[in-house]
Amino acid sequence: MLEAQQLAFRYRDELPWIVNGIDLDIRPGEIVGLPGPSGRGKSTLAKVLGGYLLPERGSVRVDGAPLTRSGFCPVQLLFQHPELAVNPRWRIGEILGEAEAPPAALLDELGIESAWFERYPHELSGGELQRVCLARAICSKTRYLLCDEMTSMLDALTQAQIWRAILNIVKRRNLGLLVISHDTALIDRLCDRVVPCFADHPDAQIDNLPGDQKDQDRNSGEHHREEADIPPDSTDRPQTGIQL
Amino acid sequence: MKLSITAPDRRSRTLWTIAGCLILFSAIFIGAWLYGEQALMTSLDARKLPPSWLHPFGTDWLGRDMFARTLAGIRISLGVGLSAAIFSSFIALILGLAAALLGRSVDTVVTWLVDVGMATPHLVLLILISFACGGGARGVIIAVAVSHWPSLTRVIRAEVLALLSSEYVTLSRQLGKGPYWIARRHLLPHVVPQFLVGLLLLFPHAILHSAGLTFLGFGMSPHTPAIGALLADSMRYLSMGLWWLAVAPGLVLIISVKAFDILGNNVRAIMDPKTQRE
Repeated sequence: MLEAQQLAFRYRDELPWIVNGIDLDIRPGEIVGLPGPSGRGKSTLAKVLGGYLLPERGSVRVDGAPLTRSGFCPVQLLFQHPELAVNPRWRIGEILGEAEAPPAALLDELGIESAWFERYPHELSGGELQRVCLARAICSKTRYLLCDEMTSMLDALTQAQIWRAILNIVKRRNLGLLVISHDTALIDRLCDRVVPCFADHPDAQIDNLPGDQKDQDRNSGEHHREEADIPPDSTDRPQTGIQL
Repeated sequence: MKLSITAPDRRSRTLWTIAGCLILFSAIFIGAWLYGEQALMTSLDARKLPPSWLHPFGTDWLGRDMFARTLAGIRISLGVGLSAAIFSSFIALILGLAAALLGRSVDTVVTWLVDVGMATPHLVLLILISFACGGGARGVIIAVAVSHWPSLTRVIRAEVLALLSSEYVTLSRQLGKGPYWIARRHLLPHVVPQFLVGLLLLFPHAILHSAGLTFLGFGMSPHTPAIGALLADSMRYLSMGLWWLAVAPGLVLIISVKAFDILGNNVRAIMDPKTQRE
């Protein structure tokens, strides 16, 4: 289980707290949503959970042990802008194999073609590059994936393709998944459970979320498998007619 | 719009430009090596001759062949420029890396030095250092090397700092990569091209400054056929109508400086993956 207890973080002593007193836990195989409007510290929280930033107070523990500071981190973070998350002077083949060479089945599942291996990042589209980042992050030692607005800049079709692939992989490998997004409809659709860490502001749309119903759904156990096959029916999101 | 098929693409044009510049520089060195002797030979029968087939750049008031003198001069300037640029860019590399990697106090000192270096009037600094070092090729090399590192230091420092905070480097740490691996695989491929291009673009400055210092009398001795000395000498004869004494060496100086500039820009284009395949 990925556990965060009483996490607090600020960038400098004289600056206000960005993350303060947050408790969070993600079990393997569980899909948790973290909604909240822009600029509330969702990404900072993700960076603390992923070991990019050290919390000033509180702790992050993976399966009971504190997050390692060296070696491969079992919690992997996916960023909003894949073009910033890859070295522009590396070819796609090198990027994919940075931690370990991804198996061919994973590349197939994510629709990554071997013809891309010789290309540079700027020669791929945003969606293609995000899938490359995903393949790089899903290693044999990866236990938890944190997706920080991972598909916000992609069109609906690409979003749906990517999330469908992630849901399959997460289910098969029993990974814990944290979906961070300002898009409550997306979180509504994907997640077993929602943590309202950043929902204390009147702007937050979290109140609209059917939280109770979510919990019931999770208890019933089959919630997202069914949901993955039905078209979006959300109220505050334009109908795209795309099936997740 | 229909594209012409016969026109070479940008990549091969860039490669040809780089090759052309390199051929020009080797021609200068080989020419100076073959004709070097003639640069100092006087021939009183052939004084003050305008350009002709026998003497393409004419002869001076002692009958010395200006073509040979120009070749020798530009070779000396290139040699001085090369040494000064290499020294200068290595100072920049070391200071830039130190500022970015050795913590805040080193960074503060280096940044301050860069500011001081950039705020000091160039030519004054050059003259002072060259004069203090006793002039000559050594004085010019030291003066140019000591005064030209600040801008490249800034570039390298900024590049390394930006890389260290970039998402792909922080992500690489989370993928279990150590600092040496990251330095070799992530930092080097960015810093080396910056360094090489910075070095190439320092050449024109170094050449021009070595010629300038010599022209002003603070550089190489007037007996050495350096470009600056040739131009300074020609001043006295311009009013007598010996225009070729200034025009030919001046043109060659401008052409070689421009060639270095073109070389630097094309090498940058070929090393950047964004423009590499165009």
